[in-house]
Amino acid sequence: MVGAALTLGAAAEGLRKKTFSSVELTQSVLAAIREKDGALNAYLSVDEAGALQQAAAADAARAAGRDGDLLGIPVAVKDLINVAGQPCSCASKMLAGYVAPYDATVSARLRAVGAVFAGRTNMDEFAMGSSTEGSAFKTTRNPCDLTRVPGGSSGGSAAAVAGGEAVAALGTDTGGSIRQPAAFCGCVGLKPSYGRVSRYGVTAYASSLDQVGPLTRTVEDAAVLLQALAGVDPRDGTTLDAPVPDYRASLRDGLKGMRIGLPREYYIDGTDPEVMACVRRTVDACAAAGAEIVEVSLPHTEYAIAAYYIVATAEASANLARFDGVRYGHRTAHPESVFDLYAQSRAEGFGTEVKRRIILGTYVLSSGYYDAYYGRAQKVRTLIRRDFAEAFSRCDVLFTPVAPTAAYRIGEACDDPLKMYLGDVFTVPANLAGLCGLSVPCGRTAAGLPVGLQILGPAFGECAVLRAGHSVETAVRMA
Amino acid sequence: MSHTIDVAYVAELARLALTPEEKDTFQQQLETIVRYVEKIGELDLDGIEPTMHGQSVVNVFREDVVVPSVGRDCFLANAPERNDAEIRLPKVVEDA
Repeated sequence: MVGAALTLGAAAEGLRKKTFSSVELTQSVLAAIREKDGALNAYLSVDEAGALQQAAAADAARAAGRDGDLLGIPVAVKDLINVAGQPCSCASKMLAGYVAPYDATVSARLRAVGAVFAGRTNMDEFAMGSSTEGSAFKTTRNPCDLTRVPGGSSGGSAAAVAGGEAVAALGTDTGGSIRQPAAFCGCVGLKPSYGRVSRYGVTAYASSLDQVGPLTRTVEDAAVLLQALAGVDPRDGTTLDAPVPDYRASLRDGLKGMRIGLPREYYIDGTDPEVMACVRRTVDACAAAGAEIVEVSLPHTEYAIAAYYIVATAEASANLARFDGVRYGHRTAHPESVFDLYAQSRAEGFGTEVKRRIILGTYVLSSGYYDAYYGRAQKVRTLIRRDFAEAFSRCDVLFTPVAPTAAYRIGEACDDPLKMYLGDVFTVPANLAGLCGLSVPCGRTAAGLPVGLQILGPAFGECAVLRAGHSVETAVRMA
Repeated sequence: MSHTIDVAYVAELARLALTPEEKDTFQQQLETIVRYVEKIGELDLDGIEPTMHGQSVVNVFREDVVVPSVGRDCFLANAPERNDAEIRLPKVVEDA
């Protein structure tokens, strides 16, 4: 079998055993995109010629004796990560037609191990949103139910992987943008710890929170991709020079002796009962498999959304100030003044959610308000970090729902931004505290919608979350 | 805390032109959102150190050496308007 529906592991094995070539594998991915993407809209652009060329190069390298887990594997990339020569629009009219002048570090790393860049996936504009409805170009649909959103902001990547249009994909996660779409679409998504993966060449949304990570069909696949992405980068001073462990090796250890914490504040009324039932069942299965379950408390959880939307929008307003119509991006046609050049170019180039967040971010940073908002929010981050440090002194990982509901209908949450923000309640704390978090499918609702379990680990605790996630995957498969 | 956001004024600070409809909608929505985020005002934060980002890395130094960078043409290719090796801009300075 050759096809886009393979796991990364199976695709790598097929290439190794010469069951198929990378060109054949890539052709089947491109065929799947042609066949399915009219309905799903997961991709913004597909580079057929480039991908086939890279695949042929990978086949030649393999014939010459080279090997590797990603050699010849087609990968889909979220449209805010620069891949030299490919479009990088951030799903914004502001950057329509923009071509990446260079590789992001993560792209360079994938290129170096012989991965194939299949195409660019849809997203909420500039990664601001939780449903991918914020894309300026198209509405991505959830492959499990085409009337529903795929989640966001990495909704295109999640839909491509879950819908059989990509073997694996890259996304970014600022407040849940990898984990929540993975949960909504029924695939695996990993947000690495802050500083684990380089952000160089990745269009910044909130620089103190953003991380790049994998969306895949299995936890093992996520481990393999992380292996290629992780590590210090001289071009990103916030990456940490910590050793990169063998992530796949950590999967073998199983759950025996592992302490799983259940944070009281995440098991509250307001979460959909079907979602909660899937999470509870998974916890029980893990207990039966030898894990120890401990109840813990994260008392400042209720302040996380407020702190997040202050910090994230403040940083966004600063990061997006560069879009001024001068050097690149959209420029208004007939500006009457310098102010007009900036203000009109930005008005025409940015969509509604981006404007809303720029205004909020500018407000919380404005003279007289900085201390009351941004300053205080940074102190709240400290309290949230302390909560997690205390919790992780009593357990190895935390199990929580990823989102309070399964995927909702397209258009359902659009008119109430605060309601949309509150949906990020379980995912933003990990970004504020710099932790790693994994989203693993843990069941389905009666309507057949996937439910995700979130596994949080301490900063640089990826081995523990992957190990737990791999066991959950096995337990769910057997249940 | 109890502050009111003036969307028209803040949008000007952000160099963002808004239509009258956008001003009204954002004014309403952002008042609600600002009221919500003011929740952090409930906490006693005296003596708490701020967290700037996820890890505690400070002062990362590198050797000051010249390394090649991407060619100028790659960047100029994305300019809205160009004139050979320069980015072209509309005239925005009034005649004296």
